[in-house]
Amino acid sequence: MEHHQERSDHRSQDLPQVLVIKPPPVLTLFEDKFISSKFQLLKAWESTLPLDQFLTNYAGSVRAVLCSGASPITADIIRLLPSLQLVITASAGVNHIDLTECRRLGIAVTNAAGVFSDDGADAAVGLLIDVLRKVSAADRYVRNGLWPAKGDYALGSKLGGKRVGVVGLGGFGSAVAKRLEAFGCTVLYNSRTQKPSVPYPFYSTVLELAADSDSLIICCGLTAETRHMINREVLLVLGKQGVIVNIARGAIINEKEMVECLVRGEIGGAGLDVFENEPNVPEELFGLDNVVLSPHRVVFTPESFVAASELVVGNLEAFFSNKPLLSPVIYE
Amino acid sequence: MNNTCVLVTCPMFTYLEQELETRFNLFKLWDHSSSKAEFFNNYSSSIKAVVGNTKVGADAKLIDSLPNLEIVASYSVGLDKIDLDKCKQRGIKVTNTPDVLTDDVADLAIGLALAVLRKVCVCDQFVRSGNWINGDFGLATKFSGKSVGIVGLGRIGSAIAKRAEAFQCPISYHSRSKKPNTNYKYYLNIVDLAANCEILVVACALTEETHHIVNRKVIDALGPKGFLINIARGAHVDEPELVSALLEGRLGGAGLDVFENEPEPPEQLFALDNVVLVPHVGSDTGETSKAMADLVISNLEAHFKGKPLLTPVI
Repeated sequence: MEHHQERSDHRSQDLPQVLVIKPPPVLTLFEDKFISSKFQLLKAWESTLPLDQFLTNYAGSVRAVLCSGASPITADIIRLLPSLQLVITASAGVNHIDLTECRRLGIAVTNAAGVFSDDGADAAVGLLIDVLRKVSAADRYVRNGLWPAKGDYALGSKLGGKRVGVVGLGGFGSAVAKRLEAFGCTVLYNSRTQKPSVPYPFYSTVLELAADSDSLIICCGLTAETRHMINREVLLVLGKQGVIVNIARGAIINEKEMVECLVRGEIGGAGLDVFENEPNVPEELFGLDNVVLSPHRVVFTPESFVAASELVVGNLEAFFSNKPLLSPVIYE
Repeated sequence: MNNTCVLVTCPMFTYLEQELETRFNLFKLWDHSSSKAEFFNNYSSSIKAVVGNTKVGADAKLIDSLPNLEIVASYSVGLDKIDLDKCKQRGIKVTNTPDVLTDDVADLAIGLALAVLRKVCVCDQFVRSGNWINGDFGLATKFSGKSVGIVGLGRIGSAIAKRAEAFQCPISYHSRSKKPNTNYKYYLNIVDLAANCEILVVACALTEETHHIVNRKVIDALGPKGFLINIARGAHVDEPELVSALLEGRLGGAGLDVFENEPEPPEQLFALDNVVLVPHVGSDTGETSKAMADLVISNLEAHFKGKPLLTPVI
């Protein structure tokens, strides 16, 4: 408690508080961007109290909470925040927020989807090229001295002309599609609903999309419907040369079944930034050269983080000034 | 045609060798490495065609030893391993494999840039080594929107530009002369190009003029926040200067497919996190290798049937 007193001594104690249960990476790296004349941060993680006790003691009048994947906003948490009116996440994904409960109680939610699209798409394309052209594996080959010892590396697979199925054509999916077109790929997509103004062929199920694609790029949100949507059936239909890239959420893919398919050579390769149980990654993948792994980093550039922090602060300032939120999540 | 003697200079691609064998009387130079003199004694005057590549082409010595050589068909687009002057003098035709490999090389250029800036290989290693359990990885560098400077705006350079534009990268270039039908900004001087871009991509042909075109001055102009991508020829870059710039942090990073002394890239680079090194794989996909091989075969068949060459250089 003393810690909090010190921190708010030099600021007006009338500033409304924004609860932060655990700091999102963007706060850890760019805290200076969160200093505002309109609010102050209430940092739950700095207290020695158990969370529910802390919230009961200190968060009774908190109207806004800043969260991330590491600090989900569950119905239980919401229950301990009787004044809560706004949930802000510094991420694009909102699967760690009980949206149903928020909607029921009229709690607004904002996310940071738009600012991450370019970096996310860049990483998706980077992973796809890496898997097809074996960039990381070839880099290891060179660094291990195998080029003079064993000669030419194995041939890769051409990106141009490939049929790439994009799963989810929101901000990320659209940005990925635009890039892939420049490489001469044919873009196909699946999404909850068909988008009329989009030039790419629409497939109403992921299975049909996979059957007609050489590669799949997962760009959709994690919901009850999309959990384990990519399973053995979909992967088998993608085929032995098929490549899957996931920059969305690990749980969209049935990870156990995907690992089995990879180990057995039933699909051609995978580029994965996300996993079902981060930071744990199935160890069977570590020995595979047709897999490229990334530690949930696809949006981790300074530009994305600065933009995300500005968006979070912008949303908070708008909220506390009774102005329209900048990036509200629209319930469907 | 089955009696026509064709010499292939080094192992390139099994499919190519097989296709050559079904059509011609094929000699593999490396089968005779222990008895070269004898081989040339017996067969040199029969050989009418040479198939070479980026490792072993057709230099003056080889051409001089083949008095009845009519055509050199290179399994590459680059011609730096062929003595073109000698071929011109002797009236020997030369073909290469343009266009069919443009996409793959351009794809790799962008792939290398993404790999270096976004630390794809480093992240992969981070996860494989089990380090993610111990803590998070840091930030990488954004690729979209970075200014890309291309050295040589030929087929491959233009293809790289087109791809980079989809990432909203402003494009500028340097070449021998300004290209008429483009809106990209032109720099007469490569140092100015390097000073005004964040990612410099080498995509020109290797000639006497472009040897070491990326030198200390260019590297300094590119600077500690700049990146060099080379998918052209190792000799385009003053490699010792590049290595010391990377070791000393005077250059932000590099993605390299080619080196001055293949297959031995400078070992001092192996420990660096801001470089990506691949073993001359620019056109190494199954699809493109086959297309290149088919083009070599088609050029040879056209020549020996008295038909126009498909992709003549001279």
